[in-house]
Amino acid sequence: MNKPTPAAGAPAPLNRDIKTIVNAGLKRRHAAERHFRWYGLIAISLGLAFVVLMFANIIGKGYPAFWQTYIQVPIQFDAAVLDPDGKRDPQTLANADYAALVRAGMRQLFPNAQGRLELRALYGLVSSDAAHELHRRVLQTPALIGAEQELWLLASANVDTLVKGNIDRALDESERPIKDNQIEWVNKLQAAGKIEKQFNAILFSNGDSREPEQAGIRGALMGSFYTLLVTFLLSFPIGAATAVYLEEFAPKNRWTDLIEVNINNLAAVPSIVFGLLGLAVFINFFGLPRSAPLVGGLVLSLMTLPVIIIAGRAALTSVPPSIREAALGMGASKLQMVGHHVLPLAMPGMLTGSIIGMARALGESAPLLMIGMVAFIVDVPKSFMDPSTVLPVQIYLWSDLPERAFVERTSAAIMVLLAFMILMNGLAILLRKRFERRW
Amino acid sequence: MQSFLLLALILLSIGGYTLGRKRAVAVAGGHIRNLHSLPSFYGSYAALWCGLPALIVFAVWATLQPGIIIDLVVAGLPPELRDLPPDRLNLLVNDLKNLVSGNIVSSTPDPAMLAAADRYRNLQVIGNASLWVVVMTLAIAGVAYAWRAISPTLRARNRVERVVDLFLIASSTVAIFTTVGIVLSVVFESILFFRQVPITEFLFGLQWSPQTALRADQVGSSGAFGSVPLFAGTLLISGIAMVVAVPIGLMSALFLSEYATPKFRAVAKPALEILAGIPTVVYGFFAALTVAPLIREIGAAMGLHVASESALAAGLVMGIMIIPFVSSLSDDVINAVPQSMRDGSYALGATKSETIQRVLLPAALPGIVGSILLAVSRAIGETMIVVMAAGLSANLTANPLEAVTTVTVQIVTLLTGDQEFDSPKTLAAFALGLMLFVVTLILNIIALHVVRKYREQYE
Repeated sequence: MNKPTPAAGAPAPLNRDIKTIVNAGLKRRHAAERHFRWYGLIAISLGLAFVVLMFANIIGKGYPAFWQTYIQVPIQFDAAVLDPDGKRDPQTLANADYAALVRAGMRQLFPNAQGRLELRALYGLVSSDAAHELHRRVLQTPALIGAEQELWLLASANVDTLVKGNIDRALDESERPIKDNQIEWVNKLQAAGKIEKQFNAILFSNGDSREPEQAGIRGALMGSFYTLLVTFLLSFPIGAATAVYLEEFAPKNRWTDLIEVNINNLAAVPSIVFGLLGLAVFINFFGLPRSAPLVGGLVLSLMTLPVIIIAGRAALTSVPPSIREAALGMGASKLQMVGHHVLPLAMPGMLTGSIIGMARALGESAPLLMIGMVAFIVDVPKSFMDPSTVLPVQIYLWSDLPERAFVERTSAAIMVLLAFMILMNGLAILLRKRFERRW
Repeated sequence: MQSFLLLALILLSIGGYTLGRKRAVAVAGGHIRNLHSLPSFYGSYAALWCGLPALIVFAVWATLQPGIIIDLVVAGLPPELRDLPPDRLNLLVNDLKNLVSGNIVSSTPDPAMLAAADRYRNLQVIGNASLWVVVMTLAIAGVAYAWRAISPTLRARNRVERVVDLFLIASSTVAIFTTVGIVLSVVFESILFFRQVPITEFLFGLQWSPQTALRADQVGSSGAFGSVPLFAGTLLISGIAMVVAVPIGLMSALFLSEYATPKFRAVAKPALEILAGIPTVVYGFFAALTVAPLIREIGAAMGLHVASESALAAGLVMGIMIIPFVSSLSDDVINAVPQSMRDGSYALGATKSETIQRVLLPAALPGIVGSILLAVSRAIGETMIVVMAAGLSANLTANPLEAVTTVTVQIVTLLTGDQEFDSPKTLAAFALGLMLFVVTLILNIIALHVVRKYREQYE
């Protein structure tokens, strides 16, 4: 034990009494005390300020992405364009030139636009998705053919960014992504009430896209879902079984010591090393497909296993020995004792631990980069084998893109990710509060 | 198809359970006291006999089938296709698989390929059908065996428990297999790498430019694999992170455990730990899009040249991420110092800060050092922040305003392109991975040892 060193102050000269010496230093010592206290307060405030700053920064950047600009365009579903033979043949309808309808509608809005360049700028106001939208509508209600409708069509990303005020109109024309005449049109549309911001459902219904206004996180969300499902299905049973074995059955010998040391070390191995393992073992050795949620789930379950085991063991040790002794005393076998009594009592703690582990796995991206889940994938995955990406990796991919509209979407995706993490951690806390028993 | 088989197997096992249970009650003449075990154990016994062998066969079969089918199909190809070099053959097999699953193929299929695809489909159908037959037969045979074996003297409980025991033991070895897997995969690839690049060059070389040539006569075709700049960069960024995290984390921990009221502590501690729960990719985004431009602007205002991917930005944000690690680990350590030591100091007239500086910190020092080491190992292995906010070019510099690269950044960039697996470029990533694994392992072992030693001291 360290001996506490005596308090500050030089050795007392003989001609002054202790009280004067102490009093002389008191002012300085109390000032030092106040300063030290202030340092502590500053440190913790800095830490908390970072939390607030990050959330404010991300929410501030991300919330506009939940609204999307639409332009009201008069669309004439011209039978001559869509269905020249009038047979309503689905094949003809599928191949019809819907973009022409959109172009005609835009010309109707601004009849003054002339010349190839100007017209191209005019057509650029609406997203290329508008044609697909018309196609979907016609397929749904073929009666539309021949009719005329005022439709809200998705605006292009540049118009969206302009309407949200993120393009500096004072800049020189060559330095902004949107031309002078386009700005003028947008102003006219706004004045006529033909521009509106609607809830951005596309963000939640589409997969990735090169066009910011059509890019969504559904593919990434489904990828995350499948990956986490695999992770949970593998790591929870194995983790719980390991915890039970080590806590209840394992003899104390070198072998179990080795297992324990291993688990503790695995908990601290950098996540990227697990990615290397996944690449070398699952993809190159076992030949599993790249980018598949199955492989991602395998890698992440190896990563979360230590977390679940450590939490599970803590939950098991908190069950008092008297319960075990009572069960054994009534003639239960050891397995019955664990299965009927100890495990049900430890289950809330184990589940809490594994939910926290899952939340961590949800936010993990580095090992998934190694196993090819960084590909640009448009389709929403439908099984464990489909190529897919996960939400954090989608964030990483989008953060690399230069368009302002993608910055917004990246922040929105981060908000969704954080919402899921808060949800999971909240669930864990709730579970702990509700079911935790103090013995 | 295969998931249906799995479902059928599960249903059969449930059936086996009820059958076994009923059988046990029947052989006992309705009095279960005549049985060695409870009837449910006989049920489980039958279910295990039904499901387990069939499941094992199913797993082995399902892993082997695709490879065998490919081999058979390749063997049936016309000789001029079969004798292609391995890489071309691989391409061919990929085309074949795409053809079978109905995807677009890279070239127009020729008749031989179409025939092979037909053969492939046939074999697949045959394989799946025989899998069904074999698995179902095994499952039913298992139930039949259990049905015959069940008698009042059968020690069903012991047998079932033995199987469960084996499952538990097998589960606990997964951790060992993981470690072995990590070590084998990185060591194996690293050995391949060190055959092409001498280990001394890798460890002590000052040049890192892993571009490999497309042609042998290209300029700079050799590539340079000296890892010193990478480790220097890693140390620089981790160092900046620790400069941020250690004072803030430590002072926060001291304030929370010594000064704060319980109410403040109950709010501030979890709030601070939010920082530990935020995914690293979010920090990376924050670093790249908010902190780095900010530092650049501040630097420009002061007349300094700051690289847009400066080490300072990455290090600063990494430091923020590490604050909660340092604070919660040192919080534990500080709380483990016995209250009697504090009381002794107060009794001598020391103020709180004097007690902290002269009693608490010296007593807790080993534990704090341990927690800092853990935080360092965390910083070294951190990937996303540096991938998004640090640079790619390997500069050997100690200037935090310049761009440096780190070990993890290089692993990611080397492995996320398309290249064949045995080029020195990809192998270098594994060698870096090995170094990373070894360094963090050593740091962790030392840190855990120190912390444990320290805890024992006061228990």
